[in-house]
Amino acid sequence: MSVIDRATALELYRVMRTIRGFEERATQLFGENKIWGTIHSYAGEEAIAAGVCAHLRDDDWITSTHRGHGHCIAKGADLGKMFAELLGRETGYCRGRGGSMHIADTSKGNLGANGIVGGGIPIATGAALTAKQLGTDQVAVSFFGDGAVNQGTFHESLNLAAIWKLPAVYVCENNQYAESLPVKRAFAVEDIAKRAEGYGMPGMHVDGRDVRAVHAAAGEAVARARAGKGPTFIVADSYRHEGHYYGDPRKYQTKDEIEGWRKQFDPIADARAWIVADKVASAAELDGIDREIATAIDRSVAWADQGPLASPIKLPEDVYASD
Amino acid sequence: MQATEARAPAATREMFYNEALGDALRLEMQRDERVIVIGEDIAEHGGAFQVTAGLLDKFGPTRIRQTPISEIGIVGAAVGAALTGLRPVVELMYVDFAGLAMDQIVNQAAQNRFMFGGQARVPMVLRTQGGSGRGNAAQHSKSLEAWFAHIAGLKLVMPSTPADAKGLLTAAIRDDNPVIFLEHKLLYRTKGPVPEGEHVVPLGQADVKRAGTDLTIVTWSREVLFSLDAAAKLADEGIAAEVVDVRTLVPLDLETILGSVRKTHRLLVVHEAIKRGGYGAEIAALVAEEAFDDLDAAPKRLAGLETPIPYAQHLEKSVVPQVDDIVRAAKELVG
Ligand SMILES: Cc1ncc(C[n+]2csc(CCOP(=O)(O)OP(=O)(O)O)c2C)c(N)n1
Ligand SMILES: [Mg+2]
Repeated sequence: MSVIDRATALELYRVMRTIRGFEERATQLFGENKIWGTIHSYAGEEAIAAGVCAHLRDDDWITSTHRGHGHCIAKGADLGKMFAELLGRETGYCRGRGGSMHIADTSKGNLGANGIVGGGIPIATGAALTAKQLGTDQVAVSFFGDGAVNQGTFHESLNLAAIWKLPAVYVCENNQYAESLPVKRAFAVEDIAKRAEGYGMPGMHVDGRDVRAVHAAAGEAVARARAGKGPTFIVADSYRHEGHYYGDPRKYQTKDEIEGWRKQFDPIADARAWIVADKVASAAELDGIDREIATAIDRSVAWADQGPLASPIKLPEDVYASD
Repeated sequence: MQATEARAPAATREMFYNEALGDALRLEMQRDERVIVIGEDIAEHGGAFQVTAGLLDKFGPTRIRQTPISEIGIVGAAVGAALTGLRPVVELMYVDFAGLAMDQIVNQAAQNRFMFGGQARVPMVLRTQGGSGRGNAAQHSKSLEAWFAHIAGLKLVMPSTPADAKGLLTAAIRDDNPVIFLEHKLLYRTKGPVPEGEHVVPLGQADVKRAGTDLTIVTWSREVLFSLDAAAKLADEGIAAEVVDVRTLVPLDLETILGSVRKTHRLLVVHEAIKRGGYGAEIAALVAEEAFDDLDAAPKRLAGLETPIPYAQHLEKSVVPQVDDIVRAAKELVG
């Protein structure tokens, strides 16, 4: 395990805490009928987005998923504009046209959440192709769930990236379920990372609860990509604390599992523990960060709530670009 | 009415349709290094229909990027590349394979700009070919333009002549939106004069390929050639048919169609694709909505039968409009 310096440790903690805070508030707003449609909470999986995106620059690209709030935040998005999007405001990232499942922030290289499982994998591959073609040292990271690994896009994209040695990193967030289907019933292979071998790229399997482990693995993979040495497949094991979507009755899980695993697999509680134990920072300092984040979220929601409702659809310019 | 676009007095050269397409690719790749071509068998082999022949030698394997057989991977990579600064041209070998890539076309390329609230542009071209007439049978002969016409966010081009093929492909590559560019497999070896050097035919302009006063035939792709042959036969019988080649289905140049119908008072739409749910229904409906009072007869459609394309030559011909079918339909409409 590489040693993480204090600034990095606190930044990772801050990003994870921000994601958790965002998800808690979004859940609350949904319960108050202020958000509608569907939201998918990233709570429990924060270490993955935080640990990976810590290595990315603003001009690096990511593609995200239906469970995309965490990636968006870790890539540097503005919380106010994210809340505004969920609230259907003109001030939202997508001017209320996209919603939770399509938030994109191209200014930070986020090429979008995606409502299609596996839909982002070829798109990240294409972004990596752009970097290679233009001779830049940009990197593209694709985040996707365990469910997406069984889509055809995964196969075609990883093969293309491998034969073309693209600067891409493929990150599977194995949260143990694809909607209701447990991973064990979706894969006959024990270690999903082994699939990398079939494409001729390195596969890494990390504890996705441990932000240090994710940070270390992603550091290697991103450096490899940036140096022109080709793609990497990372599988990060985690557990989603909430249902698949807001309101999921979770009939496919037992109460014991949900309660037990939620405690056992909590990257933020884990990070607090080692940060304090290793004397990186005190509990009081972390409490201070928590309070700052809570204030920032309050402020962001208040700002979002004041934004005008999304403007009427304008045709053709909303749909077609003109020169 | 839209006249044939003002052509610079550029020299023309006789070219095959596939050569004209290759010429457009070559010129656009020279003009803009962000333009790349990506697809199966496009390198040494020059593409299944020889459109990219010679380009590998000029531009090398990174810009003529040959891929494994991975339709959704290819189209998706093009979407990602387009979002991030390249201008990819995908060659999909047959439109019949679009089903494999449809998610990236419909849910990603077409909608990114809208879903992201205007933050994105997807300047890509998906070139592919369709149509019957070569005995390729049901899985390699379809005309699927109606699928794409129904998706908001795509443009849709179907050139009938070598000159239009070159000019429209140039415009499609320069367009900042995803453009579906449907060629016809039996047009590749048709010849015609093509302007040398830069030649742009703007998207959204129909072309009156033959002027006439008795009825308007609106058509596209290979049926333009059939309609012109039919118009020549009709002329022998004293019927003056005007042939409007829409060239781009989206955006559609309705003005030119309406202008023609207001003059001839009769509309016949001809296309190879299956009639049910075909794009001809859209044109007939638009004309009925916009120019009902100008019509002397109900709009008529002549289109493919509701069947997969059969293999045997006589059967294949029997299910898509042929020249004599058009002559007959025109006479019924006028008579
Ligand atoms: C192509 C496609 N099929 C099915 C769905 C419905 N769906 C949405 S999320 C999901 C499960 C995805 O599981 P996974 O990839 O593991 O991501 P997770 O939700 O666990 O983060 C399913 C089946 C979809 N959105 N897209
Ligand atoms: Mg999952």
